[in-house]
Amino acid sequence: MPEIAAPAIIKPRRPNIIARMFRALRLPMNDPFAVAGLLIYLVFIVVAVFADQIATHDPTEILYTPAYDLAADLRPGQDGFIMGTTSLGRDIFSQLVYGSRSALLIGITAAFMVALIGSVIGLVAGYFGRWVDAILMRLADIAFGIPFLPFVIVLAAFLRPSIWNVVIAMALVLWRDTARVIRSQVLTLRTRGYVEAARVAGSSDFKIILRHIAPNILPLSFLYGSIAIGWAILTEASISFLGFGDPDSISWGYMLQDAFASQALAKQAYYWFVPPGICIILVVSAGFFITRGYENILFPKLSR
Amino acid sequence: MKNFKAVGGRLLQLALVLWAVVTILFLMFRLMPGNPMAAYIDPTFTLEQQQQLMAQFGLDKPLWHQYLIYLGNLLQGELGQSFRYREPVGQRIWILLPNTLILTFSSLIVAYVFGILAGAYLAWRRGSWVEQAAIPLVLTTRAMPEFWLGMVMLAIFSFSLGWLPAGGTRAPGNEYSGFLDLYTSRDFLAHLALPAATLAIYSQGLPLLLMRSNMLDVMKEDFVTMARIKGLSNWTVVVRHAARNALLPVMTSFAIAVGYQLQGNVVVESVFSWPGLGRELVNAVAASDYPLAQGAFLMIALVVIFMNLLADLLYAFLDPRISHA
Repeated sequence: MPEIAAPAIIKPRRPNIIARMFRALRLPMNDPFAVAGLLIYLVFIVVAVFADQIATHDPTEILYTPAYDLAADLRPGQDGFIMGTTSLGRDIFSQLVYGSRSALLIGITAAFMVALIGSVIGLVAGYFGRWVDAILMRLADIAFGIPFLPFVIVLAAFLRPSIWNVVIAMALVLWRDTARVIRSQVLTLRTRGYVEAARVAGSSDFKIILRHIAPNILPLSFLYGSIAIGWAILTEASISFLGFGDPDSISWGYMLQDAFASQALAKQAYYWFVPPGICIILVVSAGFFITRGYENILFPKLSR
Repeated sequence: MKNFKAVGGRLLQLALVLWAVVTILFLMFRLMPGNPMAAYIDPTFTLEQQQQLMAQFGLDKPLWHQYLIYLGNLLQGELGQSFRYREPVGQRIWILLPNTLILTFSSLIVAYVFGILAGAYLAWRRGSWVEQAAIPLVLTTRAMPEFWLGMVMLAIFSFSLGWLPAGGTRAPGNEYSGFLDLYTSRDFLAHLALPAATLAIYSQGLPLLLMRSNMLDVMKEDFVTMARIKGLSNWTVVVRHAARNALLPVMTSFAIAVGYQLQGNVVVESVFSWPGLGRELVNAVAASDYPLAQGAFLMIALVVIFMNLLADLLYAFLDPRISHA
């Protein structure tokens, strides 16, 4: 494990907090993969924010052709529907645009929860050690014993259908990977000289964790967070596909389920079920690419 | 002796995890809103009949009592009666398990053979354009929703080209006399091809990336340098010395992959109407057949837990440098 540089101790003046946070994340801006990943995120965020302006139709509205027929199963470009329509006469392009909203919403909240819970548990377990560590790590063992997708299915079936079910399930189970990695990182950090120095100087445990250890594990949290974004989107898609999703929100998984149930495969409606899959792949692999860039910084041994 | 103690500790941990998962499962299925019998009770039943049914399933007792009954039944391997099939859950799972295991293992074996070879090749050709192009491609296969890949495969190979059947395990009307007869028939293998290929494409990334990075590590070790100094051919060095050692961690990852695959099977089995544990779990949950859903969940969890254990133990035994703890 390579040394992680301690933050510079002497600073002429305090830069503002946002710039400091940003620097602490150590975004891998010189890695082409990571930059590509960040750009993909940026594009989808812009689409999600301006969905109202970009979409050509209401994604849930049943549409009609100028000849007053139901606009069902139209091919791309027909009657001005950019990517065609679904079997129930809904605009595929607009659904795709609005799908980015729920994907990012779920992805980012789930990733935040997973990274936050995992980091806090990892920090506490690693720093305090002994019985605190023993209990928390046994909890992690238990979380590793729970099959994730079946767990989400059962949870989604019992709770009211909502896009938040995936977020809840991830927060309950998937903190385990982050917590284990952060814990082992904290175990090496807490033996460092500057942590010892802070302790001798009379800093409280809380202050040592917050000021001296947490900043050093922030990039790791962010790394696991960017993996979790992908997991959340994939999980939401699977759950919606299996019919346990929120019927009121348009997501890419919902689109795929709709296409599958409406015989889009037999109808050769590739324009219907291929684009949502491509969008999912783009967002999820963007997370992987950022992760790779981080690994090159955090674990230089792996990069070649 | 240190090892014995460590293995003992690991088994104790296993017992704790098993107990916790079983308890979480109980709470999930008992504390949910609504009457678990709602789907089973006919609206024409009288209140008396309903209560009799509740008593038959033990639902009239306090929660702690139900929990003890549940634990006792589990210890005897008793999983209850399926509401829908009106047959023991254990029997139902026993019928479905072979289908799931065949799908899981056939796809994983293909994925690992391909992943190991391709990973070793990419490590050997490190820095070439092949490697530069292959790595993002592999990462992309990991980013695919498995069921979407299945849909695309179905649309192309089944609906467009008509080469392979669209779902199930056998053509309608085909009967087979026995176990082996069915699983070796052309009919069955044709049905297996698409779901297995889908899962294999998704799974090859893990062994491939692991093998590649292990190879790159091993190639730097002293004994590989030594082999080179001895003047052995490049092929001998790569295959006999480096690949063999790089293979160990990849093999232990197989156990973990089985556990993960079983979870992923849930969606892929649904796409291909493959009568396995995962699809049954989804159907049972959708139909409020709680005993069956609980049994299928438990079976999947058991495999995941035992595979995690196996991976830990294998890892320690194959590589003596790693100690338990």
